[in-house]
Amino acid sequence: MYNKSLRQLSDSLQKKELSSVELTQYFLARIKRLDTSLNSVITLNESAALVAAEQADKQLQNGLGGLLTGIPLLHKDIFCTEGLRTSSGSKMLDNFIAPYTATTVQQLQQSGAVMLGKTNMDEFAMGSSNETSFYGGVKNPWDLQRVPGGSSGGSAAAVAARLAPLASGTDTGGSIRQPAAFCGITGIKPTYGRVSRYGMIAFASSLDQAGAMAKSSEDAAIMLQAMSGFDPKDSTSVDRPVDDLLQNIGRSLKGVRVGLPKEFFTEGLDSDVCEKVTEAIDVLKSAGAIIKEISLPNINLSVPAYYVVAPAECSANLSRFDGVRYGYRCDEPKDLEDLYKRSRGEGFGDEVKRRIMMGAYVLSAGYYDAYYKKAQQVRRLIQQDFVKAFEEVDIIASATAPSVAFKAGEKTDDPVSMYLSDIFTIGVNLAGLPGMSVPCGFVDQMPVGLQLIGNYFDESRLLNVGHQYQQMTNWHDMIPTGFGQE
Amino acid sequence: MPIQSEDVLKIAHLARLAVSDEQVKSYASDLSSIMNLVEQMNEIDTSGVEPMAHPLDQSQRLRVDEVTEHNQRELLQENAVDTEDGLFLVPRVID
Repeated sequence: MYNKSLRQLSDSLQKKELSSVELTQYFLARIKRLDTSLNSVITLNESAALVAAEQADKQLQNGLGGLLTGIPLLHKDIFCTEGLRTSSGSKMLDNFIAPYTATTVQQLQQSGAVMLGKTNMDEFAMGSSNETSFYGGVKNPWDLQRVPGGSSGGSAAAVAARLAPLASGTDTGGSIRQPAAFCGITGIKPTYGRVSRYGMIAFASSLDQAGAMAKSSEDAAIMLQAMSGFDPKDSTSVDRPVDDLLQNIGRSLKGVRVGLPKEFFTEGLDSDVCEKVTEAIDVLKSAGAIIKEISLPNINLSVPAYYVVAPAECSANLSRFDGVRYGYRCDEPKDLEDLYKRSRGEGFGDEVKRRIMMGAYVLSAGYYDAYYKKAQQVRRLIQQDFVKAFEEVDIIASATAPSVAFKAGEKTDDPVSMYLSDIFTIGVNLAGLPGMSVPCGFVDQMPVGLQLIGNYFDESRLLNVGHQYQQMTNWHDMIPTGFGQE
Repeated sequence: MPIQSEDVLKIAHLARLAVSDEQVKSYASDLSSIMNLVEQMNEIDTSGVEPMAHPLDQSQRLRVDEVTEHNQRELLQENAVDTEDGLFLVPRVID
């Protein structure tokens, strides 16, 4: 049952061969039994999930409901959920119960999906390995010595281990795509503004975007469809109709122009990973896609520019944690300044503090033009490179990450080497484009991800290419050893 | 440009972060290596390039000026460590 597609599960529910309560109990039991080795879930939502499942069953009994009615899923613990703790992976919010629910969580609830719980993540989504979480690292189900990627590492590991058919994620510099690649699942970050950020704890507001993580492109399309749309409560939400993602996934790849950025196929890319990605591109070619080499001349500056823009926005966003209105407060503050400093010093972990300081530094008097303005100019150049590329091609393909998942502890002492694991994903966030990762093979028994980048609001094309690729391959159906029993 | 321990102390104060003496050195070295990475941006000339603040170059949307939120003081104060009579309590600021 754990490996069924969303359509198959939904079919069984509609035909009453299976109830949502049974399905919910089944996945709750899998989480309880199997997550002890992974640590992918921070908070279970057991009793409320069963109530929601009963409601879904009533809808189904009345012949109502859509593809997501009664389907269990997990939410990254960055989305506010009324009545259920939202920690953002931080000691700062270890006791935080949000007074309202994030729009995208609400949209999925309204579609009938059942929230099983909240997934582990890097603290405030800052990290590429899930090792910065206050709740401990998440293990990669393909090799428990390795990281699942980050920051949506809990969501990726949980879907890979089939602890839930779907999970939400957020992506500021690759945080959906890189863990999806490391764990062998499908993950899509839509265009900036496509999914509401309301109730999603902010890290870097001009880069953050929520998306869907699932076994296949088809499942991800169904989930993303429900999450997308205009939200007046998010001032950066885009008021524009949402494409019918499912309707378009069946289109042929004949004549689709796929661009390979030469800057992404250099010595920075592991040669075995490169081979798998090249094989995947050959599959697209065999289905009629036209492969072209392209250039993104400024893309090598995306990591440097990102590590100005993201920390600057992070230092501003995280100034709200003051130990007064919500969140952690230190013991016996001697005055107000001591309260601020120690609450923040004790409540935030090292990586978060590094980024806040980095942001405060680049925004401080005298440095603004040299760093922040410069980074925003570089950002413009990177975006223009993409815009130019999309005049020649329909999508861009590359590896999602330069290597397979690395070992836990391998990069924790060297922040810069950790940052460089997002080298292929960060440019997409700077430009605000949609990006996706689909599994495309294995190197050393670890999954490899193929990254697909689309033009603005062309999520349907990405999902179409991902789906067609998955019609011709079965990498997305593979399950890690130890997670393949009912 | 390497970041010194004094810089770390200054930034930590600006960001209202308590850092211990042992941490100051390691932050200085981490931030210096991050700045090295950042300074690769200087490889290219960006004079005349319009800075990009928003991926879609959208401007802020305006809405009708009417009340949409109602007072939820009690609910919103449930997450605070210390409140009294609907106020947030902090250490004495004025003697």
